[in-house]
Amino acid sequence: MLGYIIRRILAVIPVMLIVAIFVFLMLRLSPGDPAAILAGDSATAAQIEKIRTELGLNDPLHIQFITWMGQLLQGDLGTSLISKTGVVDMIANRINPTINLALMTIIISVLLAVPMGVAAAWRHRTWVDYLVMSFSVLGFSIPVFVIGYIFMAIFALGLGWFPVQGYRAPTEDFFGFLLRAILPSLTLATIYVALIARMTRASMLEVLGEDYIRTARAKGVKENSVLFRHALRNAAVPIMTIIGIGFALLIGGVVVTESVFNIPGIGRLTVDAILARDYPVIQAIILLTAGIYVLINLLIDLSYTLLDPRIRY
Amino acid sequence: MKFKSRNFEGAETVLDIKDLSVNLPNQETVAPILDRISLNIRAGETACLVGESGSGKSVTSLAVMGLLPKGALEVTGGKITLEDRELLGLSHNELRHMRARRMAMIFQEPMTALNPVMRVGDQIDEVLQIHADMSASERKARVLDIMEQVHLPDVKRIYGSYPHQLSGGQRQRIMIAMALVLQPKLLIADEPTTALDVTTQAQILRLIAELQEKQGTAVLFITHDMGVVSEIADTVHVMKEGQIVEQAPVEKLLREPREDYTQKLLKAVPSLIPRKVRPPKSDDQVLQVQGMKKIYGGGGIFVKKEGTLAAQDVSFSIARGRTLGIVGESGSGKSTVARCVMRLIDPTEGEVRVDGNEIARLSRRQLRPYRRFIQIVFQDPFRSLNPRWKVGESLIEGPLNYGISRAEAMKQAGDLMELVGLPRDVLDRYPHQFSGGQRQRIAIARAVAMKPDVLVADEAVSALDVSIQAQVLDLLGDIQDKLGVAILFITHDLRVAAQICDDIVVMQNGLIVEYNSASEVLANPQHEYTRALTEAAPGREWDFANFCELKKTA
Amino acid sequence: MAKTAQPVSASQWFLGALSLPRKWRVGPGPIIAAIVLTVIVLSAIFAPYYVPFDPMHMESTKRLQPPGGEYILGTDPFGRDMFSRVVTGGRISLLIGIGAAVISVFFGLLIGLVAGFFRMADAIIMRIMDSLMSIPAILLAIALVSLSGASVGSVIIAITIPEIPRVVRLVRSVVLSAREEPYVEAATALGSSMPKILTKHLMPNTMAPLIVQGTYICASAILIEAILSFLGAGVSTETPTWGNIMAEGRDYFQINPGLIFWPGLMLSLCILSINLIGDTARDLLDPRLKKREA
Repeated sequence: MLGYIIRRILAVIPVMLIVAIFVFLMLRLSPGDPAAILAGDSATAAQIEKIRTELGLNDPLHIQFITWMGQLLQGDLGTSLISKTGVVDMIANRINPTINLALMTIIISVLLAVPMGVAAAWRHRTWVDYLVMSFSVLGFSIPVFVIGYIFMAIFALGLGWFPVQGYRAPTEDFFGFLLRAILPSLTLATIYVALIARMTRASMLEVLGEDYIRTARAKGVKENSVLFRHALRNAAVPIMTIIGIGFALLIGGVVVTESVFNIPGIGRLTVDAILARDYPVIQAIILLTAGIYVLINLLIDLSYTLLDPRIRY
Repeated sequence: MKFKSRNFEGAETVLDIKDLSVNLPNQETVAPILDRISLNIRAGETACLVGESGSGKSVTSLAVMGLLPKGALEVTGGKITLEDRELLGLSHNELRHMRARRMAMIFQEPMTALNPVMRVGDQIDEVLQIHADMSASERKARVLDIMEQVHLPDVKRIYGSYPHQLSGGQRQRIMIAMALVLQPKLLIADEPTTALDVTTQAQILRLIAELQEKQGTAVLFITHDMGVVSEIADTVHVMKEGQIVEQAPVEKLLREPREDYTQKLLKAVPSLIPRKVRPPKSDDQVLQVQGMKKIYGGGGIFVKKEGTLAAQDVSFSIARGRTLGIVGESGSGKSTVARCVMRLIDPTEGEVRVDGNEIARLSRRQLRPYRRFIQIVFQDPFRSLNPRWKVGESLIEGPLNYGISRAEAMKQAGDLMELVGLPRDVLDRYPHQFSGGQRQRIAIARAVAMKPDVLVADEAVSALDVSIQAQVLDLLGDIQDKLGVAILFITHDLRVAAQICDDIVVMQNGLIVEYNSASEVLANPQHEYTRALTEAAPGREWDFANFCELKKTA
Repeated sequence: MAKTAQPVSASQWFLGALSLPRKWRVGPGPIIAAIVLTVIVLSAIFAPYYVPFDPMHMESTKRLQPPGGEYILGTDPFGRDMFSRVVTGGRISLLIGIGAAVISVFFGLLIGLVAGFFRMADAIIMRIMDSLMSIPAILLAIALVSLSGASVGSVIIAITIPEIPRVVRLVRSVVLSAREEPYVEAATALGSSMPKILTKHLMPNTMAPLIVQGTYICASAILIEAILSFLGAGVSTETPTWGNIMAEGRDYFQINPGLIFWPGLMLSLCILSINLIGDTARDLLDPRLKKREA
């Protein structure tokens, strides 16, 4: 078991290394002079040359990479071109709202999506199934910001149940946080629910056709016990997998949702960085999200061994 | 041979099926799946339901349990009475309460019939939780008790095991324990031993009989195997296309089958008497295997991993025009040998000579000229032809690789179709338009198109119904007579081996334990394992095809 | 299983070639979807011939006009006709969708076949694909666009790169499972060469799942284009796309929700239709596919 965990953790290293190389090369190999991009449109040749030396862009590529990786491993993600503050600090200041929003979204999504998927599989080819599947296709088809604006128009502007925009930290004012976080969470959850419900349904349909489900029915197990005790646990591995993979989708959604609802998190930071072409910040955010994605999927992988005794190390 | 011949007059009727019909929903015009079948089973009686695949055996059992797939099949008429209760028309919940308490069922695939993520002890315990009002400790004692009764070893440890940690036989014992823990009046067993090896099958059959005697259970036993029928049945019901065509006590049915269909079924059962000894026509050894060994896995970059030894010290040879059988149970290494000989996988050690040419060490590219001489027919007729290709395309694939023109190859393919007993125009059709037996003929034709010296048949008739099986075996014999091809015949079934093999290799755990002429191996087995195999073959004292006792030769 | 012989028709060849179930049963949903999609595609293609106004023409006196009258859907904050912009915007959005689908399927197929067939390449390719998949698609696309400049071509490439690993994984898994089929082993025994087995036996198996995957990529590319535009990293606003029309309408959303609603509706209807057709194709082509997607 321990050996398996160590091997899995070691397997993360090449993946993250390739991500780092990719992020590094993205800036250096993109068309145009990175120093010129970094300096901005109105820079003079001398300014560009100064940046060039500062960043070590005159060194050979592999030396640049080693220097960059060295800094990275020491936790130094560079300095913002705009605010001139450390990128690590900028991210640390912005990460809390994003984490809170993401957690709330995941909780809402799983609580909604899994029962929906189970119901759709159980009542396969009935109106329940069609309803869930229609919702799911719809969730995939509407851009997340359009959903955000629709919710905003109906529940905030129309019915006035929630504030239109803004964010409050849960540590200061928990109720205020909830009030402001519900619409963004629901917005973000739409596509995530669609994804998880769909996978739950597919996985459950497959499991419900298995022989051991027939065995359970043959011994007189109650139907809800057949579904939740026998079937769902066997269907869990693909569902967990999709929750992990969907995390990437969630990050993308966060970027959009935060700017729709004006929440001061990582997503807004990303958008600001793009508009300002603040490359060190963009690089850092990509590395960070990829790292979190890999970590979450590693944890999910390890959890399989708890869900399914057949999976051995 | 001694058949069961108990008298059930006066015994109470446990299950009474009257005019049961099952149909596809809303399709009255289609022939029904079950057409007004009637049968009854009395306490302590074993009724066997026999028939070929698609005859409606399993549907009958599922209809009794109320487990017909919803929306796909529905009961359209008749009555099913269990003891004194009419089952059709019971509510879902009432029916649920009958299951496990009054009637229980065990299934064919012990590998998949148990929930893989629940401990087996808990799966038995669940039955008690649902149907019996008992404390946790009472339940535990009861579960351990029934596990003892099905002769599981070390029940405390097995209680906490997951299904994948148990062997097929042990899992089927768990299924039986689960079915019988509440002493139901009726046990339905749907091909419970088909997926098991013969030796395990014998043990499971004995176990069911033992518990049946103890509890007085009525057993509805579904099988396609006449050998099993002769061993366990009191009464036999023969099914064909949704109807019961003949019902009789077992001895009467086997001695004096009334219906043509029953006679046909019995005649198709391969006999355990080995084929007549054929003098070898030539000394030309077309396939020689020497000291072959295969280890799966192993290696590893950092740590040297131990591989699985699948076969070791395997040596045999086949002369032109002869048939060598490799017989063994699952895990014996017989298929590994076939795949190594074909070089579909690479043997770890040893020599394979085809027509005197050593091929075990050749690279893929060097091997290609020799592929022609040795061809294979696989078990699963539904996967052995490319579903996207017309049959003709599949047949000429090989010849085209060896430089024969398309027109010429097509002409030969047509001839081959006639050789395997199919019309020429099948070349223009797709595999899905054919039955399993027909597809297997096509697969044989594809192999023969290469004019090989050796034909490897890897369980080539195992997936077929007995009557089709007999035809395909005849076809292989014909082809051998006409073309003089040597056949390496891999099978788990001694009866089939007896029909076609000149010599037999018996394998166990990757080793050859006996290698001799078929008549010697079958009539006079030397190795203990071979004896166990022959003794476990059900109905071995009966000559099914001639409706009488087997006459001992020699 | 025994089927009585029927003459082989063209349709049967087609069904056989894709190994489709012999029964085609399609509900009303996919048919409506196909009609809607056709209408949207045709309206976009022929937009220049029938739009009442030049979608680029700004009328500073007619800014933010309400719908009705001269302007069917009103005007945008620069006084451009919304209707003309929305139907014209479909041209680039659809081009991006189809372009991304075709390119990612092409490269994904190529790389996936190599990974599925050659053990040595497999390990390296799959590590790279894992790494690419660990970067959220939208972030990756944003970064690529902001580096390479916002042209239609760079948006297509930026959307394509994160999609390729998904196609590679799909193709690889299909190839790996098809390799185990007895008919492929029989082909080896019949002396067929590796390239022949790859192209004649294995590649056809990937076609049906790729058609399905292609439709999903097309839908998701249109969606990502909209999000990129919305975040300010999309095609420049001189060429209207559904995405950048909505992005420009953002700040005036509370004054005139139609600025987001109409392009959003067109976009959603379009994606919905494509997804529905994709789902139907998947159900018809191969029920086992459900396991492989994701």
